[in-house]
Amino acid sequence: MTLPVAISLTVNGQLHRFEIAPDTPLLWVLRDELGLTGTKYGCGIAVCGACTVHLDGEPIRSCVTPVSAAAGKKVTTIEGLAANAGHPVQKAWVAEEVPQCGYCQSGQIMAAAALLAKNPNPSDDDIDAAMSGNLCRCGTYNRVRSAIHHAAKMKGGA
Amino acid sequence: MMNAKPETIDQGRRTFIKATAAVGGGLLIGFYLPGASRLAEADEVLPAAFQPNAWIHIDKDGRVTIVVDKSEMGQGVMTALPMLVAEELEVDLAGVHTEFAPAGAAYVNPLIGTQLTGGSASVRSSWDRLRKAGATAREMLVAAAAKTWGVKEADCRAEHGTVIHPATGRKLAYGALADKAAALPVPQEVLLKDPKDFEIIGKPAPRLDSPLKVDGRAGFGLDMKLPGMLTAVVLRCPVFGGKLASFDTGLAMAVPGVRQILPIDAGVAVVATNFWAARKAAAALTVRWDEGPLATLSSGEISKTYARLAQSPGAVAKNRGDAANALKGAARRIEAVYEVPYLAHATMEPMNCTAHVRPDGCDVWVPTQAQGPAQQTAARVAGVPPDTVRIHTTFLGGGFGRRAEQDFVAEAVQISKATGSPVKVVWTREDDTRHDFYRPATYHVLHAGLGKDGMPLAWTHRIVGPSILSRVSPNRIKDDIDFTSVEGAANLPYGVPNLHVDYIMHESGVPVGFWRSVGSSQNTFVTESFVDELAHAGKHDPFKFRRRLLADSPRHKGVLELAAAKAGWGSPLPKGIARGIAVAEAFGSYVAEVAEVSVTPDGQVKVHRVVCAADCGMVVNPDTVKAQMESGIVYGLTAALKGAITIKNGRVEQGNFTDYPLLRMDEMPRVEVYIMPSHEALGGVGELGVPTIAPAVVNAVFAATGKRVRRLPIRLADLRRA
Repeated sequence: MTLPVAISLTVNGQLHRFEIAPDTPLLWVLRDELGLTGTKYGCGIAVCGACTVHLDGEPIRSCVTPVSAAAGKKVTTIEGLAANAGHPVQKAWVAEEVPQCGYCQSGQIMAAAALLAKNPNPSDDDIDAAMSGNLCRCGTYNRVRSAIHHAAKMKGGA
Repeated sequence: MMNAKPETIDQGRRTFIKATAAVGGGLLIGFYLPGASRLAEADEVLPAAFQPNAWIHIDKDGRVTIVVDKSEMGQGVMTALPMLVAEELEVDLAGVHTEFAPAGAAYVNPLIGTQLTGGSASVRSSWDRLRKAGATAREMLVAAAAKTWGVKEADCRAEHGTVIHPATGRKLAYGALADKAAALPVPQEVLLKDPKDFEIIGKPAPRLDSPLKVDGRAGFGLDMKLPGMLTAVVLRCPVFGGKLASFDTGLAMAVPGVRQILPIDAGVAVVATNFWAARKAAAALTVRWDEGPLATLSSGEISKTYARLAQSPGAVAKNRGDAANALKGAARRIEAVYEVPYLAHATMEPMNCTAHVRPDGCDVWVPTQAQGPAQQTAARVAGVPPDTVRIHTTFLGGGFGRRAEQDFVAEAVQISKATGSPVKVVWTREDDTRHDFYRPATYHVLHAGLGKDGMPLAWTHRIVGPSILSRVSPNRIKDDIDFTSVEGAANLPYGVPNLHVDYIMHESGVPVGFWRSVGSSQNTFVTESFVDELAHAGKHDPFKFRRRLLADSPRHKGVLELAAAKAGWGSPLPKGIARGIAVAEAFGSYVAEVAEVSVTPDGQVKVHRVVCAADCGMVVNPDTVKAQMESGIVYGLTAALKGAITIKNGRVEQGNFTDYPLLRMDEMPRVEVYIMPSHEALGGVGELGVPTIAPAVVNAVFAATGKRVRRLPIRLADLRRA
């Protein structure tokens, strides 16, 4: 039984302090402690990508990341990606009508945003490599791909 | 989901549109169902009391709220249904607000007999009544304006939320008219628009829920939060039909946040202040199960039993001519055995339900497809009258038929009642994979007799498998036939003069349920693969062979030809790539798909392109139709290429996406969807993309390799060269 310790981390620009078992997955700290339910639980073993958030700008799977690994760092969730859903990825997602049930889409968007931050003009192979770990049961993959290209153009034109 | 039989459900029931003044002002349009109704196909009796459930609310500020009585699981009903209302109401879609309907008699799906989203029936079951509701409100608002101005209604016009009197240029917004309209008599006959005048219906409309789904705002069942809410994880016997023998809490109660550990009907519930604590505590429990008689059940044993049962005749689902004799006289006979496995629904959001039971009633927040059954289940388990149970439907992270079941509702209600707190039950992915109601595993024996010209003279198809309706709705089984077990087979569209389809019902103990496209998901794979075998046996082109046999089925022929044309059937392909085709009718619609496929030397199938032609009659939101076809194709491709649910020692062997994989983006083909222009009655779309993709792929694999796959999923060993 791991005992609670004091852990601080910044989430969407706000500093939070917890007394919490350090091996608690970041996913459940975000969802249950902070009420940020935009990040989803799909598999719990880092295989589906629904739990993707940014840790100091890098995409990580929060369901297998212990909160201790985020201590002193900056976490960005879907809620904090951009004000008024204004990130080019979010705008492209709406323009291309990507979501169906929507459950995987927070993870898809966070993964796509991280890809474009590193690679402003990804090829289809680049998209495959970055995004194939984000599962979608509704099958929106072709629209995800179109939306990433769309967002890349938007960013390029800005 | 279930097929519709409207003629047996709607007889003798009349629906009155009712309008009332809303509390706080404005106009409320509702439906009134007089008298008690024992619905022919439903197992519940509806209360006799007057229930003016609302469909449309227009307030004094002109805010239009449309009640959506179907569950939004990705299929776009939250947009398509308001489109029907907005068109007749003459308001812009972008400005409307929506609410999901509570459980109520007015929301009974007329094609299904209870308040349930399924059967690909949402839009077609709403087509008339939502347009009428919108038109009724419009006419009352026009009447209110006409009365205000002292002019004739016929001289007024409604557009964009305003009533206009063109002769004088006077205008009144709906908000200013709502109170007055509410006091007017409800017109019993309303004028609906001619489809050629549609401004909203038939055009792609942006989904109303997309903005909510790109920034984390959309609330799914798993996201529920209530003051004082506890979270529960349930341990269930891994063996089908097993029971709890005993359990040892051990160190589980010492996990911080754990409140209570208790036995329930489904197993052992671990209740805590948050999910992770419940999960940790559940892992620390020792539970002993009385595994019961199914503890040795295996997929191999089920398959052997099916093969044995298939040697005897079953209940006849279809008989035309004399197939047995025709087979004897045939120039050539083809026979084949096909098998398909159990499949899990694998919604991205695992099962969950939140319930709060109080002495006087119960609230349930749940991603459900079946509000009617949920209300009945919660009432029974909580021990309160159904009309004290409120069902709050959240967004669904996928449904596919799984969320029409009531197991997760019963669990949440039982735990809430026992603990006296609001409780959210969360299923892990492993729970979800191992405690599903699976797409049935079935076994098929087919015989065909070909004439000298290679055309089929006789076709027999014997199906062995479990029956979904024997659990869900036994009174719908007629003469030992569960129509969901034979759909896709008994309605074989081909002009074969002698046809015999029979069915042997066998329950092995594995729970089965409705899985996207139900019987067509397995039977169409079998029939469209077998007809392809016949084509090749007679050296006929598979497209032309089907077209010839569909001479009397113009809508089948239509989609077949459209798909073939758009795919360039017959034109050269790059080396190693081959085409396969399949066609079907399901849910009142018609679909054909062409797959372009290549196979690597080690047997890996790569699907490069899918061309889909869909005829679903009149279309409400063409972008939704396109998205649903794409979606069904991916769902069916996963079934064709990826995992199966297998049983060993009475339990499901799989647990997560590592051993029950889903299609990934890097495996995704290019998909083109062509919608057949049509003025026919609306057909269903949500499940339509699924049935034809597996046979199209298997047929393409044959064309590419000469190897015929008769079992899904396609395995490397099936196609490995040297």
